[in-house]
Amino acid sequence: MRTLKILLTSALAKGLVGQAVGWALGYSFIALLRSLQGLPTPWLYEPAVAFGAITSLIGFLVAAGVLGDWLRWIVGKKTELRHGAPEGKPEWSRYFNVDYNHKVIGIQYGVTSVLVLLVGGLFAIMFRIELAQPGMQWLSNDDFNTLFSAHGIIMIASILLGVGSIVNYLVPLMIGAPDMAFPRLNAFSYWVTIPSAIIILSGMAVGGWDTGWVGYATLSLRAPLGVVLFLLGFWMNGFSSIASSLNLLVTVTTMRAKGMTLFRMPIVVWGAIAASIIQLTATQTVGVALTATVAERVLGLNFFDPAGGGNPILYQHLFWFYSHPVVYVFVLPGLAIISELLPVFTRKPLFGYRWVALSSLGIALVGFLVWAHHMFTSGMADVLRVPFMFSTMMVAIPTGVKFFSWVATMWEGKLPKNPPTPLLFVFGAISIFLIGGVTGPILGTVPTNLHLHDSYWIVGHFHATMFGGYIFPLFAAFYYWYPKVTGRMYKESLGKLHFWLMLPAFWVMSIGQMSVGLLGMRRRVADYDPALGITTTHILITLAALVIGWSVLIMVYNFISSARSQPIADPNPWRSRSPEWQIPYPVPEFNYAVPFEVVGEPYDYGLADSVYTRSIVPAPSGD
Amino acid sequence: MGRFRNIINIIILVALTTVGLRWLFTIILALPVAASAEAIPIDQLFDAHYWLIAFLFALIMVLMLYAVFFFTRADGDETDGPHIHGHTKLEITWTVVPFFVVMGFGIWGAVVLNEITRPKEGEMTVHVTGKQWIWSFDYPEQGGFASGELVLPVGRTIALKMNAADVIHSFWVPEFRVKQDLVPGRETMLRITPTEIGNYKLRCAEICGLNHTVMEADVRVLSADDFQAWTAEKSAAPAFSDMTPEERGAFWASAEGFGCVACHSSDGTPGVGPTWQEIYMHDVALADGSTVSADDDYIRNSILDPNSQIVSGFNPNLMPQTYLDQFTTRQQEVNAAEAIDIDIAADIIAYIKTLQ
Repeated sequence: MRTLKILLTSALAKGLVGQAVGWALGYSFIALLRSLQGLPTPWLYEPAVAFGAITSLIGFLVAAGVLGDWLRWIVGKKTELRHGAPEGKPEWSRYFNVDYNHKVIGIQYGVTSVLVLLVGGLFAIMFRIELAQPGMQWLSNDDFNTLFSAHGIIMIASILLGVGSIVNYLVPLMIGAPDMAFPRLNAFSYWVTIPSAIIILSGMAVGGWDTGWVGYATLSLRAPLGVVLFLLGFWMNGFSSIASSLNLLVTVTTMRAKGMTLFRMPIVVWGAIAASIIQLTATQTVGVALTATVAERVLGLNFFDPAGGGNPILYQHLFWFYSHPVVYVFVLPGLAIISELLPVFTRKPLFGYRWVALSSLGIALVGFLVWAHHMFTSGMADVLRVPFMFSTMMVAIPTGVKFFSWVATMWEGKLPKNPPTPLLFVFGAISIFLIGGVTGPILGTVPTNLHLHDSYWIVGHFHATMFGGYIFPLFAAFYYWYPKVTGRMYKESLGKLHFWLMLPAFWVMSIGQMSVGLLGMRRRVADYDPALGITTTHILITLAALVIGWSVLIMVYNFISSARSQPIADPNPWRSRSPEWQIPYPVPEFNYAVPFEVVGEPYDYGLADSVYTRSIVPAPSGD
Repeated sequence: MGRFRNIINIIILVALTTVGLRWLFTIILALPVAASAEAIPIDQLFDAHYWLIAFLFALIMVLMLYAVFFFTRADGDETDGPHIHGHTKLEITWTVVPFFVVMGFGIWGAVVLNEITRPKEGEMTVHVTGKQWIWSFDYPEQGGFASGELVLPVGRTIALKMNAADVIHSFWVPEFRVKQDLVPGRETMLRITPTEIGNYKLRCAEICGLNHTVMEADVRVLSADDFQAWTAEKSAAPAFSDMTPEERGAFWASAEGFGCVACHSSDGTPGVGPTWQEIYMHDVALADGSTVSADDDYIRNSILDPNSQIVSGFNPNLMPQTYLDQFTTRQQEVNAAEAIDIDIAADIIAYIKTLQ
């Protein structure tokens, strides 16, 4: 009963009410304006829905209390940086409220990312069941189109939440900082994702949309109402990326521990930096693409419709200028996690640390120069195809540096004979990101791209890169840092079960997808010709998706049930040199009661008497 | 085992695995039969890429699994491994070598792209129109007739000049190996040189709305003689003045006409729009709750002003609103060319009357 009361008075609950109220107010405002002109407002009138979506975001943020401190500053009031659970409330209530602690926010991001992942996964399983056999068994074309469109954007939302989780939880701990540079902005970055996701999902309830997550014009201009909510929700989510990346870059620049030069940071921080540089600078471009589409639909401005003097290919350039670099946002933190965990488990230095660190920046930089490889068949200026082919091929080089570093780290190392779950997921990640990576150059080469574009090969390629560069490393990170976050150990047998179900299933799914794509299976289609001879493979892909889904539920069960097990005695079960493992559980509110100084290299395993960090003992006060 | 022994083992394992994988790819990553001249250099690139994929995959997986099985900690050994922090020459090597490999593929790709896109001698133009959710083809060089199927002569390069009427579509016949989007507001071009007589399917490869899945057309590649015969038959198609209104109506409804069949079936099959079977002079329930009789005026109004009366269970804003203009234009052309006076909407109504 008390639990219910705490939940119903939480920022989350208030925000949801505020979102509903905000929507109603915005919608009514447009209806009022129209009635003043003597015009009726039909139910679900698009401009009113669009305006209502925007005011619903404001309503959520105001009611949840996210903007509270900033509003107080505007009127000249002082605020204290409140920490800890609200007066008289239990610790767990922090996760449902506006909390400024980066560890709480990291958990909020992490749990939300898993929930959103399950929702997106459910959509996939729904349309995969339809695709298992030729013919339409249970979905209409309409429903199918909306489900794959929603699946795409919801998964992207989940990935950004997961990246936010890793980066916000770990980076301050890894650099010896008490928190992020801007704790309130950090809370804002998390909380803005909730109403955004709700708006996107609402799009499914008001007609859905059929454009896929890419939302190309001119189909987007004539798609059902749901597309506007997709576009606006996607745009709003962008504020989270921009704010959190700004926060990360300032934090890393200004708050590193004494002696922590850039090349003495844990490698995860490099992944976070590279991802943040991309998020900070590229997100705005897709924002333009999305809002221009809304403006064209709602206000009649002409950007993309040739009938009005617009250019449909312009949309694609604006869209992909962000949407290519963002895939590196998705994978750079995960790849850094692989680089972080391998030294710990092989008891050897990360091979070529500086090269690995710079390869993250290299990928981020080159990643900005390749976007039109998504547009080789688009009808864009012919002269662009060859340059973008060359730039795309270049991305393989810094990516290769990482793969070679990983195997070189493992070379002559001392791996455990019975790898624990985090390490299993690291191996799985490498194998799957490898599939994704090696199936890239064939796409970057224009003549072969002409066959593969918009086929299921692409679906195979990006699922492999996403699972290998993000999902598997994310799960590795969840298992690895679980003892740090909860003070307990997850159940190893369930972890292994999760892994051994998920890895083979993913391999089957990935190879299956590429195979059917080569034979003519297009993407974004609800059905296929049995004469293509791909029916059996489709059944396998669907079964694999189901196995993957169940395996993730095993992980969720493991984490929930293990949280109630006996606390572990060892605060550093993996014997890591990283700073966050040198302090006991529970991690104090401001992390390091005694600040530390960096006196050595982070990954000097095998170097006798090498120390990475040393607590700075305060000078004794004079007598 | 010493380092040298390990390296020899790795080299052998990588070589064997590469060949094994390359062989496996012929089964699990098979391509459809190649039916165009363009497919030849493209499939050579596929082959080379498959070798590269097999090699890179083998290289990293063998190294990783070798470590997993052989570079393990002895039981009870809690000490660290060797302090190998890096090797600059190795880093430079595995940065520079991949650079040259990818540059090589880039150059090769550029050469092939030029070969498959450049104008060829004796090429023939066909106009392609893609619109939600039907393809139509025009043959300007053979007399200017329209066709709902793409019929092509073997051994000749076809320059497809393509237009999209509404949203982006994409032209893809997997056996031909090339693809090109159709974009509203501009003309795009794709060159294909069919080399195998046979039947293929063209399927739209860019999400274009509700019926993207079924937006397809037959593609038939014929011998030169058979193609000649086909074009003669199409060019000699009866003039509109020789056709009854019902025959003209069936033509206007087809892909070669205005494409009504993309959404309206003649046999009761549900579609994006109401079936035409048995509608004439039957009662129709409208979305606003009223019921009307599907007489001539109703049908004419449904075609020329679609949004004014939507049938219950169907959606507004799907049917093009432009048929009044399109019919007027076409009527002027046909009337002028054949000195007759046709009414396209009346023809369609006449055709619908036959669908009882």
